Amino acid sequence: MLRDLYITLRYFVTTFGAMTIFLFELLRHTPRVFFKRFNLVVGQVYNAGALSLVIIMVSGLFVGGVLGLQGYDNLQRFNAEDAVGTFAGFALVKELGPVITALLFAGRAGTALASEIGLMKATDQLSAMEMMAVNPVTRVVVPRFIGGVIAMPLLAGVFSAVGLLGAHLVGVTLLQVDVGAFWQQMQQTLEVKDVVEGIFKSFVFGMIASLMAVWEGYNAIPTAEGVGRATTRTVVITAIAVLISDFMITAAFLKG
Amino acid sequence: MASAAESIIEIEDLDFSRGPRQIFKNLNINIRRGEVTAVMGPSGTGKTTLLRLITRQLVPDAGTIRVDGVDISTLNQAELYKLRRRFGMLFQNGALLTDLNVFENVAFPLREHTRLSTRLIRHVVLTKLHAVGLRGAADMMPSELSGGMARRVALARAMVMDPDILIYDEPFVGLDPISMGVIVRLVRQMNDALGISSILVSHDVQEISTVSDRSYLISDGKVAASGSPDELNRASSELVRQFMHGMADGPVAFHYNAPNYAEQLLGRDTE
Repeated sequence: MLRDLYITLRYFVTTFGAMTIFLFELLRHTPRVFFKRFNLVVGQVYNAGALSLVIIMVSGLFVGGVLGLQGYDNLQRFNAEDAVGTFAGFALVKELGPVITALLFAGRAGTALASEIGLMKATDQLSAMEMMAVNPVTRVVVPRFIGGVIAMPLLAGVFSAVGLLGAHLVGVTLLQVDVGAFWQQMQQTLEVKDVVEGIFKSFVFGMIASLMAVWEGYNAIPTAEGVGRATTRTVVITAIAVLISDFMITAAFLKG
Repeated sequence: MASAAESIIEIEDLDFSRGPRQIFKNLNINIRRGEVTAVMGPSGTGKTTLLRLITRQLVPDAGTIRVDGVDISTLNQAELYKLRRRFGMLFQNGALLTDLNVFENVAFPLREHTRLSTRLIRHVVLTKLHAVGLRGAADMMPSELSGGMARRVALARAMVMDPDILIYDEPFVGLDPISMGVIVRLVRQMNDALGISSILVSHDVQEISTVSDRSYLISDGKVAASGSPDELNRASSELVRQFMHGMADGPVAFHYNAPNYAEQLLGRDTE
């Protein structure tokens, strides 16, 4: 029992350490890859970002709609239904935008990245690059990592914007909240630091989700089963890491 | 032992283990310049592992591997990558980059390592594709190619940088007789026409006999026999005869280690 705990703890510490070294390796190559392989980075922003737009926008619209319904239903008990815009704005910009986008990003782009890199490893494509004296980290991994880190905040912005539209459609169009009150209260109460918090979170979550995806793919056991497991782990670990770091960032911003 | 001038790759007293399993023990091999050298052996003897050791994708536990007299264990990453540009490697499944078409796959090393103009790259790539008979497939994606075609494209890619050493990992596996004949012919042609040295890992005795100048038979982590295909065919060793003539049982047992058959059927082995 104690031994099992020790083994688990040691595995966790060594994996976390290896992942940190891997992250530093990625960051070390990032400036050079960004400027010298810009076309690859653009391609990956398209893969991770543009191809995730539909799922992000549909989800954002309905999450915003739900916020409109719940906000109206709860706020009208205090005769404060005009504040539904503020309620939706805060929820989307500071929390739901970055968090749900990160979870959806892990499910769509993260799994795609992990399985793509894992399959490249399983089919010897990474070894072939090594043999052609091309570092697979700079050619394959870093562009995907940067692409994910750039795409995440953009997607979170789109999610929040479409979410606000969803809240407007439900709150203003459907439930007849005053349109001026809806937007003006939001403008008056939402501050720049709230938006900065949301952007900061989405950037951190982008780092986490992209790192987990490329780490799992690059270290996948090169078999069909190994790649499948790596893909599943990408979603699970990203979700947990995002939620834990969300709590910590929120606490840090409240304190600050 | 061949002199350094004759040898392009020298492997001396090589030891390598994977976990508790020792794959090579005191392995000694010399790859001669300008020849096609075959490395043969039963499945699981570590033939592909040997190729990965030669190219330092793996690091040996002991012993030295020298390429043109240089101990590859002493190289840093930049020097290793410089050395690898002298190698061309054909992987068992081709290992073509699946997001690039045939033309771009062959052009890949040129785009990465040279500053040639687009026009010149096009000429070089088309020349190499023409040499393997696939100039017409330049716009196809790897998923549209048959196994034999994929391997020929990989061969074009392996030789696009005009390497000194071409390494083939099981080039004949899973090919129909026509594709196999094409690959056998290409291996020999490339070697002789370009004046390179070739290392070929395979267990297809028949094909190896027609294409190789010298063969090494590896068993139990050591060189069990070496020589020209004729010499190996005439060898008196039981192991060599079993391998060269494809006999099901012999020194390499047909049955994997198992408890007594009758006792196991009667369930006594679990008592």
